[in-house]
Amino acid sequence: MSPKTLYDKIWDAHVAHESEDGTCLLYIDRHLVHEVTSPQAFEGLRMTGRKVRAPEKTIAVPDHNVPTTLDRANASTMTEESRIQVEALDKNAKDFGIHYYPVSDVRQGIVHIVGPEQGWTLPGMTVVCGDSHTATHGAFGSLAHGIGTSEVEHVLATQTLIQKKSKNMKVEITGKLRPGVTAKDITLSVIGATGTAGGTGYVIEYCGEAIRDLSMEGRMTVCNMAIEGGARAGLIAPDEKTFEYVKGRPHAPKGAAWEAALAYWQTLFTDEGAHFDKVITIKGEDIAPVVTWGTSPEDVLPITATVPAPESFKGGKVEAAQRSLDYMGLTAGQKLTDIEIDTVFIGSCTNGRIEDLRAAAEILKGKKIKVKRAMVVPGSGLVRAQAEEEGLAQIFIDAGFEWRLAGCSMCLAMNPDQLSEGERCASTSNRNFEGRQGYKGRTHLVSPAMAAAAAITGHLTDVREMM
Amino acid sequence: MEKFSKISGVAAPLPLVNIDTDMIIPKQFLKTIKRSGLGVNLFDEMRYDRQGNEIEGFVLNKPAYRQAQILVAGDNFGCGSSREHAPWALADFGIKAIISTSYADIFYNNCFKNGMLPIVLPQEAVDVLMKDAEKGSNARIEVDLESQTVTSSDGQSFTFEVDAFKKHCLLNGLDDIGLTMEKVKSIDAFEAKAAMERPWV
Repeated sequence: MSPKTLYDKIWDAHVAHESEDGTCLLYIDRHLVHEVTSPQAFEGLRMTGRKVRAPEKTIAVPDHNVPTTLDRANASTMTEESRIQVEALDKNAKDFGIHYYPVSDVRQGIVHIVGPEQGWTLPGMTVVCGDSHTATHGAFGSLAHGIGTSEVEHVLATQTLIQKKSKNMKVEITGKLRPGVTAKDITLSVIGATGTAGGTGYVIEYCGEAIRDLSMEGRMTVCNMAIEGGARAGLIAPDEKTFEYVKGRPHAPKGAAWEAALAYWQTLFTDEGAHFDKVITIKGEDIAPVVTWGTSPEDVLPITATVPAPESFKGGKVEAAQRSLDYMGLTAGQKLTDIEIDTVFIGSCTNGRIEDLRAAAEILKGKKIKVKRAMVVPGSGLVRAQAEEEGLAQIFIDAGFEWRLAGCSMCLAMNPDQLSEGERCASTSNRNFEGRQGYKGRTHLVSPAMAAAAAITGHLTDVREMM
Repeated sequence: MEKFSKISGVAAPLPLVNIDTDMIIPKQFLKTIKRSGLGVNLFDEMRYDRQGNEIEGFVLNKPAYRQAQILVAGDNFGCGSSREHAPWALADFGIKAIISTSYADIFYNNCFKNGMLPIVLPQEAVDVLMKDAEKGSNARIEVDLESQTVTSSDGQSFTFEVDAFKKHCLLNGLDDIGLTMEKVKSIDAFEAKAAMERPWV
């Protein structure tokens, strides 16, 4: 048998039907659902009289629209449209009999944090969701990607997706990371190196010592942003850390089933000599704490750099870079560390897990913020509870941060958490697109530790100077 | 789904690279529970000011392009969020085909589910068509899915590749779910086998 990549193995194990032209029906093990991209899909089922084929494999949680203020139980904290969307999910979950974590449930949170936390996400699975950041679940060695609403309806009705296989890409991060460098810096640096279309047509497997050294939280951060590099999915082979993380979670297998699962999971790695269509290698020691300066996630530079000149780019990127600088209110040659920050946002499916909060709290301990406002939005109710138990919440509150309830919040600003015009934010989220965090809002993507450092000094800051 | 065969129409030039789905349809319009009616908010933040007045100079506000059926766009069109609201908004506006050097994966798939054809052509061809599109309403570009060709207003023809299954579905206006339901026995068989091999799933 010819050697296979991890992606090949998971793909092969899920092909339910293959047509002569290579179009496949890929069986889906877990379908995660949220309120924004699902209402039209459920409406489609109703109009055609179709049912959800595998409700036991379908998990829903509202996250995009929900307010994160403590008074959110009061319906008036939501706009009418948001309320209708959340209520539609309540009703659809009930009518179609799928697993559901309503806003009032302590387990509610961002769908990509709830899935792994509850043990729904397991190695070797196929996982989809009507959300591009589904790539997050690839950290477990599961094939996970975002889909559109028509595909959500297709999966609800058939538990499969019509797919053609992607190509294999390997991203290897060799050696050790330097102090102050995190998973977020890895994933941003990879996008900086490959561009936002560098992964288009590929599934990425991240490997190498620096990836192995990451915790499960860090690996989720890396895979989360695979989509920002254009890849269909990001994967990391499961290992002892993965099994340890999964063990004992509510929906993880137990007893004999655990042993059987474990034996299978241990076969999930890329065989020696397997073929990759594209290979990128980056030395871990070459990665610095980074920050984005523009309006595309590929606009990445080390914090020690200066704002680039648009002329330094090629082709259509020259115009795009000029447009970015105008939008961001920056001048070529300006030191990144001179950029003043109004707001700090810590949270999102990229960096809203317990380890992210620990990293930020470590920098913030005993300090006060200089920015106008700063907020922490834990990725789930359980992350929030754990952070309170560990005393992290108090550190944030003492520093001057708002301590919020779980949701997507200012990552995409569909709820009331938004930037105002011209407001500049150091954000641990995943997209610095124009208007992403609010109309004419300005976003600099950073790691949680870098966000904390900026909160203290009031400008973008090299976190290594505070360690 | 409506069948797609041949169109001949005005193409709007949007040379910017990396146009993301947040630009195509900003988040405040994702709160709808319907698929229709999003065309008026297509490219909302580029197209209107805060008071809702049209921004002069934005391509779709120019008289020549108000009825555009084709977009000619920069590289990596539709990157970012998976929101199908982006193709819904484009289709609702009246766009039937897009021409670019590359698209983000999810957006590309979403287009086909909505009867819209995203065409990939090499840079040189896109450059020619972009120039053609800039001529305004006098220049009609023709897209023929059957023969897989795009023809500029002055008769230059370019051939494009498209997946045979996707082409078949678009030409015949076929519903994916209906097609997959015909293979339900394969899905049943797979499910039974997987339940034996990976019972913990």
